Amino acid sequence: MLSKQSEGREKSGRNEKRTVKVRKNSKRLWKQKISSGAFIAPSFLGVMVFFIIPFLVVIFYSMVDNPISKNFVMFDNFKNIIANKAFMRAVKNTATFSAISVPLAVVLSLLLAIVLEAKLPFRSQFRTFFLSPLMVPVASVVLVWQVLFHFNGAVNDMLGKFGIDKIDWMKSKYALYVVVILFLWKNLGYNMILFMAALGSIPKDILEVARLESANPLQTFFHIKIRYLSSSLLFVTIMSLISSFKIFREVYLLTGDYPVNEIYTIQHFMNNKFKSLDYQMLSAAAILMSLVMIVIIGILFIAEDRFGKDVEG
Amino acid sequence: MRNTPIRNLERRDKIAKRIRKTFGVFKISLATAIALFFAILFLTPIVLTISNSFMAQSEISANYGSVFATNENGGKVFISEKVNLKFIPDIVSFSQYITVLFKSPEYLLKFWNSVILVGPIVVFQLLVASLASYGFARYRGKIREIIFFSYIILMLMPYQVTLVPNYLVSNWLNILDTNKASWLPGIFSPFAVFLLTKFMRRIPESVIEAAQIDGAGEWQIYRKICMPLCKGAICSAAILVFIDYWNMVEQPLILLSDAEKHPLSVFLSKINAGEIGLAFAVATIYMIPSLLIFLYGEEYLVDGITYQGGIKG
Repeated sequence: MLSKQSEGREKSGRNEKRTVKVRKNSKRLWKQKISSGAFIAPSFLGVMVFFIIPFLVVIFYSMVDNPISKNFVMFDNFKNIIANKAFMRAVKNTATFSAISVPLAVVLSLLLAIVLEAKLPFRSQFRTFFLSPLMVPVASVVLVWQVLFHFNGAVNDMLGKFGIDKIDWMKSKYALYVVVILFLWKNLGYNMILFMAALGSIPKDILEVARLESANPLQTFFHIKIRYLSSSLLFVTIMSLISSFKIFREVYLLTGDYPVNEIYTIQHFMNNKFKSLDYQMLSAAAILMSLVMIVIIGILFIAEDRFGKDVEG
Repeated sequence: MRNTPIRNLERRDKIAKRIRKTFGVFKISLATAIALFFAILFLTPIVLTISNSFMAQSEISANYGSVFATNENGGKVFISEKVNLKFIPDIVSFSQYITVLFKSPEYLLKFWNSVILVGPIVVFQLLVASLASYGFARYRGKIREIIFFSYIILMLMPYQVTLVPNYLVSNWLNILDTNKASWLPGIFSPFAVFLLTKFMRRIPESVIEAAQIDGAGEWQIYRKICMPLCKGAICSAAILVFIDYWNMVEQPLILLSDAEKHPLSVFLSKINAGEIGLAFAVATIYMIPSLLIFLYGEEYLVDGITYQGGIKG
């Protein structure tokens, strides 16, 4: 019946044919939608129970005076936490740490990626070497850091030869730099891989044209490569920023529960609140942190939209 | 006379070639120098840890006496004036390993804690994630996009934000201080979902349609077509999840108050100063699983990181 109809009105019947097909498809699509949706269920359930629902409770806790009496105090907890000296010190330290380590992480890893792009001898071995810190647990190498940066340690010994006075690295403001070095050691490899992928995706013909037009390497880098790298640059910057917030681990392993003031992090603050079961403070801190994160992630998304189009067309 | 411009050109070409050649040599040697410099920096901590683990206690004390010696125990601690960084032990000794492996079982116990904590997370996170990512890749509707988007945001949140909800749930479910408190949030953590979805969305529609026409149901498509095609991506995700959790410190600190259950990563920072030699051996043992995985799975690791670049799928 259907075939006869379409045979008769081959051109005008095309529309009708399509609707029939779509209707048939939509039924199948609906079935497919539900059955494939079932695959998501276990994961979604878990995420709901372990992350999303408790997070809503955290939002609630951040606005009540305490979890038992549950009186709404609106933003008092936030005011308290902002007035809290320890918290503000932790925020300031984290911000300082990020401001120092993120630019270094981006620039140095880009340098490594560019270096590896050249036709080096033992290129793949070098890549392996640069990646190895990523695999090694921080806890395993912390001992070496302690040996290097102890008051009587190797670094002071070396500096002593140049006539520089001993520095008590871990117990002074320099502790921050020691942590920066550990952070860079751990994270450069990851960023480098992202940059290497981006460099590899630059179309070869464009580079060839630049070469034929006798552009020097610096021109090629700044006018062509940076353009193609822009989205990766942003992504790496933001990923480094996010991992710089997680710096507590390195600090804890290096110095234990009580570091010097300069490397007291937000996580230290929260650990103390966990110990005293101060839910309101914890919740308020977590909410503030997540707001900051949402702003950062928002920037990432908007910028990725922009830059992504710029290159991919 | 008519040849001159051409000859000139030829000469210019020759000079340009020579310049390019010398510049190329210069470039490569500079790149190699930079690469070597960083490779040494990157490898030193790892090599030091491993080589120090093969030193006898007396040699360790002689080298690091001034850093770690504490005379409280009254042990035979020799204090040297300064640290002696040594890459090659005077006498290769397995005494530290013998102590760790056979004489004091607490270290092995902590190692086993780590395995018990991380193993189930890796296995089950991938299982849950492979199912969910099939669901996300098979159909892209509005609701699913929203869920997926919230997964991405959750993935980017630092522990400071997610630990508070995790703690609350563990408290409600009465699983605080048990391994379950770390397992369950780990298993439902959205990272692997994100990575695998990005990969599965690249499987051509036609492959799946062909299977459908042959009468395969959703489960069969998942099991017989998507899983075999995703083997590489699953390996990548497994490695990245493993290194993340093998390295974890924050979660056990908060969720496991019983120090007996702590993984080796936390325990390592608490080994007291008199046992520095043992600590090097334990640190080396702790590195071995990740180094082995790295040795066999470097390509997967690189692929996994590359897939992460560019958050939006």
